Amino acid sequence: MPVPDHLEFFIDPNRCIGCQACVQACSECDTHRGHSMIHLEYVERSASTQTTPVVCMHCHSPTCAEVCPADAIKRTGDGVVQSARKPRCIACNNCVLACPFGVPKMKSEFDLMMKCDMCYDRTSTGRKPMCATVCPSQALFFGTREEIEQLRTRSAPINRFRFGDQVVTTKVNMMAPRAARPEYIDVAAAMQEDARGGDIMLNVLMA
Amino acid sequence: MQAIVKAFTWAVLATALLGILIVLGSRNLKHLDAALIGYMFASLFAVFGLTYRYSMWLQRPPTAMYWRRGWRVFFRRGALGSNLALWLRRIVQGFALNLFIWRRGRSRWAAHWLIMWGCIVAAAITFPLVFGWIHFETLPGNFEWYRAYLFGWPTFAFPIDSAIGFFIFHGLVWAAFLVIAGVMLAMRRRMREHGAAAVQEFGEDILPLILLFAISVTGLMLTASYTWMKGYAFDFLAILHAITVIFTLLYLPFGKFFHIFQRPAQLGVAFYKDAGAAGDQALCRRCGVAFASRMQVEDLIVVERELGYRYELSDSQVQHYQWICPRCRRSALAVAQGSLWASCGGGAGD
Repeated sequence: MPVPDHLEFFIDPNRCIGCQACVQACSECDTHRGHSMIHLEYVERSASTQTTPVVCMHCHSPTCAEVCPADAIKRTGDGVVQSARKPRCIACNNCVLACPFGVPKMKSEFDLMMKCDMCYDRTSTGRKPMCATVCPSQALFFGTREEIEQLRTRSAPINRFRFGDQVVTTKVNMMAPRAARPEYIDVAAAMQEDARGGDIMLNVLMA
Repeated sequence: MQAIVKAFTWAVLATALLGILIVLGSRNLKHLDAALIGYMFASLFAVFGLTYRYSMWLQRPPTAMYWRRGWRVFFRRGALGSNLALWLRRIVQGFALNLFIWRRGRSRWAAHWLIMWGCIVAAAITFPLVFGWIHFETLPGNFEWYRAYLFGWPTFAFPIDSAIGFFIFHGLVWAAFLVIAGVMLAMRRRMREHGAAAVQEFGEDILPLILLFAISVTGLMLTASYTWMKGYAFDFLAILHAITVIFTLLYLPFGKFFHIFQRPAQLGVAFYKDAGAAGDQALCRRCGVAFASRMQVEDLIVVERELGYRYELSDSQVQHYQWICPRCRRSALAVAQGSLWASCGGGAGD
């Protein structure tokens, strides 16, 4: 069964509190039971408390699948980029290095790449992915566009990301300020900037 | 179009080569078994299809890159001896024992190992018989002994009513037992595991198991028919068995079984990784940490360009997004979102 069209994934790193609930819940997913596929990163640990959850963005034209020499990564008709097919993956690491979002994980012990598949066993039956189910701050949200617009009046979902000359369109949305109305999120341009978790904390203290 | 012509040419050549080997090996078709002609033509088609798909696959930019690099690092001067020893070890560990599947799960390993060895034994018996490369003749003046002929040359002889005779003539029975046990384990997993059920497809995951099961069961029924039932329904069973085998041979190039021919690429990748680990490392041009072999990063940049991706950056220090490590890429995503909020006066979205 495909993931229902009206349900979408929205991520909002700004809301992440680093609680690790998503990391624990992810390993409960039946398609990769026992292995957590989500990344929870400290953005710049020495300078900021900010953390960010990173799930697969499920690109419309996935670089990981294109650079796979074994043709092991498939995108389903509903736009979910699946984990590497076990019989085909030759553990070359190309996908891990090519993904512009840094998502796939190489499991050397299994000679296999594994990645977030949006909990396909759950989302294909209309349920939320494990991470979105447990996220207390809704940094990871799975629901309808109407729901997210009601919840985040100052934000708008965006699914285009720029890396130098390449613009990548994804199935997963990131929440961006509605006032900025960006055409895309320019990831490479922001690469050399500092994390802003410290600024946010100071704002809170001043308030 | 050029790729298709190239693949088609290779496919024709491989099919012709097999045709020539059949003619030579069967001594001008003298030892060809007429009952197995259907299998032979299906095998020729399978070779055509497999070679065509393999050639198309090898021409994909990432596969072509690994193909070239893999052979180059394997044959590089001074390393050939150790590479051959490593190759042998990897063949045993990866292919004969399937240790990487063992680490994924015992039941999964048992299923694959049983199916794989069952199929190898069956193929090693069936194809030489179908192509007329092996045949048996009674010894002159002695109908109690058989002699095996390989490519028309006489080899060993053995008594028909002996343990070795029983073992040899029931080779496909032993193979069927292995395959059926493996298929049962695999089917059990596919029926019980929610994760497997969510992502499996009938054509890709279930059909191959059904085909293997059908071949094995109909093959066993043939043995049962002539051993215990005085050949009851033998002709019907022979046709049924032929249909299952021929369908599987025709399916070989298209479905899951193609991994049998793709998977050995894993060996080339292992040598490529060895060479990469021993060579220069790529340092992330954001955090300065080594994150991959420099050779692989440079190769990926070439491959991505060939595929039409443009991850080039205007920043002359970084030059290409491929020089940024995966961890920094994940962080950069959050930093980019934070920058957008900063440009709007700060704060988080609510």
